[in-house]
Amino acid sequence: MTDYSVELKNLVKYFGRRLIFDDINFKFTAGNIYGISGPNGSGKSTLVKIIADLISPTRGNVIHKAGDKVVEAEQLHNHMGFVSPYLYLYDEFTAEENLIHFSNIRGKKFQRDKAVHLLNEVNLFERRNDLVRGYSSGMKQRLKFIFALLHNPMLLIFDEPTSNLDDAGKNKVYELISLEAKNNLVIVASNERADLALCKEIIELEKFKR
Amino acid sequence: MKSYSLFRKDWQSEIRTRYAINALAMFILVTISVIMFSIGNEKLSADLTGGLLWVVIFFSAMSGLSRAFVSEEERGTTMTLHLIASPSTIYSGKLIFNLLLVFLMNLVITILFSMLFPSFIIKNFLLFTIAFFFGNIGIAVSSTIIAAIISKASSKGTLYPVLSFPILLPLILTLLELTKFSMEGNSVAASQVEIYVLLCYDVIMTTASYLLFDFIWKE
Repeated sequence: MTDYSVELKNLVKYFGRRLIFDDINFKFTAGNIYGISGPNGSGKSTLVKIIADLISPTRGNVIHKAGDKVVEAEQLHNHMGFVSPYLYLYDEFTAEENLIHFSNIRGKKFQRDKAVHLLNEVNLFERRNDLVRGYSSGMKQRLKFIFALLHNPMLLIFDEPTSNLDDAGKNKVYELISLEAKNNLVIVASNERADLALCKEIIELEKFKR
Repeated sequence: MKSYSLFRKDWQSEIRTRYAINALAMFILVTISVIMFSIGNEKLSADLTGGLLWVVIFFSAMSGLSRAFVSEEERGTTMTLHLIASPSTIYSGKLIFNLLLVFLMNLVITILFSMLFPSFIIKNFLLFTIAFFFGNIGIAVSSTIIAAIISKASSKGTLYPVLSFPILLPLILTLLELTKFSMEGNSVAASQVEIYVLLCYDVIMTTASYLLFDFIWKE
């Protein structure tokens, strides 16, 4: 099992004068699935974006550690996989071209065997050479899981992982999440009860409003 | 290598979508046609043709070079880039893409100028090549960082030339001067000051861009 951890220290986020959450202190450790819940607009996506270093907090820190070593922001993308409805892949490329480009840009060799395995897992293998432009929203969502998993990350962040998916797709996602959590750290932000049922601990954002 | 991979992704995407190339080609064609129609049978002076060359280059750059970042923002793939590469890789990759576009665009414009304007005669080719080479680097570096800044704004189209003008002005003025010298047949040694200004501009803009990009890139 990997020894990855993420620590939130006195995390505060404002958008303008509007407080999103106040003083979150929490430690996520590998081998577990953590949930982030709250009603629409409570800041679930904001919190996962802060954890993923996509946006900055107003105050406080997020510390990523692989073992005892602090993971620098510059290198975070190599340790993290991210899935969300607001993540877009390149429509003008096929699924396979997208994955090859992503591996090359990360500076990693394209793992064709793993890509084929994941494409089969999410039932996209037959459509791997079709342009993403022609995919349905559910297929795009499934492709995002391959995007998140292909580089063997130690931290996986799933924001509304089952959005746009049918029942079979949802079950496959739950299977993937459970499998990944055996070795890695998984954070799920969702309102869906079934998504949160997988989690060991849940941060309820409503508790972090003044 | 990672930057080169990002450049390859952008280039393949550009070949498929023609996002920037079409805009640049149309702009070059339209501006040169307008100049041709407006001058009619008048004979332009050498100085004026040299000036017009950089005017066309400046506005063509404004029409196409912002696409490197704007296209990512419009397609919603900015976050995808955040998740696969470090800011320095992203800036370098986009810079290589813009360098290629600038060199291609300016080469086409210069060839068209020498074919269509009889008064556009370069007497010192070496001096013009030096100005052209370092000038293109300056334009690419500046327009890439400005494109990154304006990609987050709501009025991208207007903001790009407005923000670019003061930043590119010292570069364009120096290039105008060097083009004039090369058309007059001045030696490279006699144009040393302008060449140094050009070099300094490139170094300063490249350093400042790399230092600033981290702050611009992160929301």
